[in-house]
Amino acid sequence: MIKHATLEKNSILLTVLILVVVSIGGIVELAPLFYLESTIEKVEGMRPYTPLELSGRGVYIREGCYNCHSQMIRPLRDEAERYGHYSLAAESMYDHPFQWGSKRTGPDLARVGGRYSDEWHTAHMQDPRALVPDSVMPGYPFLAKTPLDGSDIAAHLKSNRIVGVPYTDAMIANAASDLAAQVDPDGDEMEALLARYPKAQVRDFDGNPEMISELDALIAYMQMLGTLVDFGSYKAEGANLR
Amino acid sequence: MHILSVLLLALGAVATLSLALQASDGVMSFHAGLMGLFFIAGIALLHRRRRNWAGGEGYEDGIIRAGAIASTFWGVVGFLVGLVIALQLAFPVLNFDLPWTNFGRLRPLHTSAVVFAFGGNVLMMTSFHVVQRTCQARLAGGWAPWFVFWGYQLFIVMAATGYVLGVTQSKEYAEPEWYVDLWLTLVWVVYLLVFLGTLWKRREPHIYVANWFYLAFIVTVAMLHIINNLAVPVSWTGTRSYVVWAGVQDALTQWWYGHNAVGFFLTAGFLAIMYYYVPKRAERPIYSYRLSIVHFWSLIFLYIWAGPHHLHYTALPEWSQTLGMTFSIMLWMPSWGGMVNGLMTLSGAWDKLRTDPVLRMMVVSLAFYGMSTFEGPLMAIKEVNALSHYTDWTIGHVHSGALGWVAFVSFGALYHIVPIMWGRQRLYSMVLVNVHFWIATLGIVLYITAMWVSGILQGLMWRAYDHLGFLEYSFVETVAAMHPFYVIRALGGLLFVIGSLIMAYNLWRTMRGDLRIEAAPAGTTASTVAVGAAS
Repeated sequence: MIKHATLEKNSILLTVLILVVVSIGGIVELAPLFYLESTIEKVEGMRPYTPLELSGRGVYIREGCYNCHSQMIRPLRDEAERYGHYSLAAESMYDHPFQWGSKRTGPDLARVGGRYSDEWHTAHMQDPRALVPDSVMPGYPFLAKTPLDGSDIAAHLKSNRIVGVPYTDAMIANAASDLAAQVDPDGDEMEALLARYPKAQVRDFDGNPEMISELDALIAYMQMLGTLVDFGSYKAEGANLR
Repeated sequence: MHILSVLLLALGAVATLSLALQASDGVMSFHAGLMGLFFIAGIALLHRRRRNWAGGEGYEDGIIRAGAIASTFWGVVGFLVGLVIALQLAFPVLNFDLPWTNFGRLRPLHTSAVVFAFGGNVLMMTSFHVVQRTCQARLAGGWAPWFVFWGYQLFIVMAATGYVLGVTQSKEYAEPEWYVDLWLTLVWVVYLLVFLGTLWKRREPHIYVANWFYLAFIVTVAMLHIINNLAVPVSWTGTRSYVVWAGVQDALTQWWYGHNAVGFFLTAGFLAIMYYYVPKRAERPIYSYRLSIVHFWSLIFLYIWAGPHHLHYTALPEWSQTLGMTFSIMLWMPSWGGMVNGLMTLSGAWDKLRTDPVLRMMVVSLAFYGMSTFEGPLMAIKEVNALSHYTDWTIGHVHSGALGWVAFVSFGALYHIVPIMWGRQRLYSMVLVNVHFWIATLGIVLYITAMWVSGILQGLMWRAYDHLGFLEYSFVETVAAMHPFYVIRALGGLLFVIGSLIMAYNLWRTMRGDLRIEAAPAGTTASTVAVGAAS
């Protein structure tokens, strides 16, 4: 049994012991999440974000939406009725970083996709209180006026691939054309986009065909939130029961 | 050595200035340019003061004076931004609907300003003070402590301007992007080396308990910061990056970091302040040496497990949530052990609470510490968390700890340090300390009670059903119900800001050497008023 006085007289020993003591909890709680197969459910339908959705997610992060909106529905009765099926770990498996949030100053957005029309989102971003008088959300009128900078979109996909998102070579090579194709339902590239990204929604989201705006990207991102997993084939029992 | 330092700085200047010219986005140019200026200023400063640093005698107190000014400045800035965003939630027109003024960008500005700019500067200032005094040795590393000080200010400026300009990786309390994280890592490693180097020079055989806590704070924050922020930049010349962790693993890594930013930055570090300044101010030894040892090891061991309580009922596996809850409840004991050790240090000196408002501030901070570390385990219980999570209750809980504990113990330390460091007989005005104490306490009480009511109210409204079995309230009805409490909260915040401005004025007059003629409060002896001058 060493005396505590020994530690008090040896700064290196003290530092090393501190590091050991503070490492234990993190190792026990974090490490298994990377090898326990039950951590992420087996589901049908998850795919990486389209280039436009990924850009919209970038806008979402830049504007700090996560400060007021969660993307994590808890398995509680009222949340299921208000927002839909509880969130699965699989649904954020390609999220670098995650956007679960910690505060609901505004409602949860995990399944906001398809809930409102594009026109509603466009008007709401312009002036939230025009649609929801008691809302305390800031307006984002500048998003519709700002052209989306998609010049380095392929590099974004590449970085995502390095951290584990399964973007294929074809996805990276066609990133720029896929980005433009998603707002152009009459274009020739739509079929290729849908082949690479099933269930991608293709239309001019902000109602302004003149340019691909940051609002186009943000709405494209929000309209796909929670729409990918096929809950018809999802089994909550068995291997997915955690 | 001098030549090598200049060469290193020159290399830094060339690298960052060329990055500024090559950068693929405007913010990167701006920040790389700032770093370049930092290195050039460093060379100039090094050249001008080389003799001073080479052969300094006695304690390095200049850096503590700089730390006191920086702490006060960032404190006021951080509290003010907090007031602004509190008002935005009550009156959304104040967002002005501009990118740079919207809540989403200003909220991280507030949290980083109070936690890292204010709290961080207080921790660096006090650690440099305490480690020198308890080791009876001058700070190690010549100009290295000054690199830590100015490097840390640069980190703050880059983080803050980055948020406003839309550069963030969206991990709460870890928003700065990859290059700012790298810069902080460099500064932090030098900080650790300066601290350890000073311990190695000590003339006392034992390392004093406050230094254990500082050491745990520095080492653990380094570990948390590096692991949580591992990321792959989109381009070496751009600001954006993607964190290596994804989804559920990222969530737990983040809250393992986030909860221990509370545990080690806002708790262990500030407990170090308690372990030095409370006994000093009360002129009594720490209540129990044995309790200090138990407190220290149990606190740092248990805290690190508590992260999952931020993720109750989420897609995080159940076993992890249960572990987090269990350890959070256990954490109550070491927390209160520390509080008891601090409070009982006043045994035989309780009368000083009547006469010394600085000591009173420290003691009330311990009471708030006790309160919020009881509330924390309570909220970590899953059933309670089902109600409190996502609501303002969490915000109220954070602020009873942050305003009541962290800020109050920091104010106490600042009031104690400034007269000593500027060689003044006492503070400019004890009456103003008293006014600050009461106005800030009132502000905290308004703040946390408003958040308790709004949080619990909103949580209950979300889950309310009418007699037909439908959800009773739409989401926006629960938002509208928050309005009066958001106004009260902003009022509480305003009082807290006013208090901090009174402190800034008082400290500034003290630095100038002014003394306000004041009648000593009843029962005051010369020793309590001039307690600072003795040390």
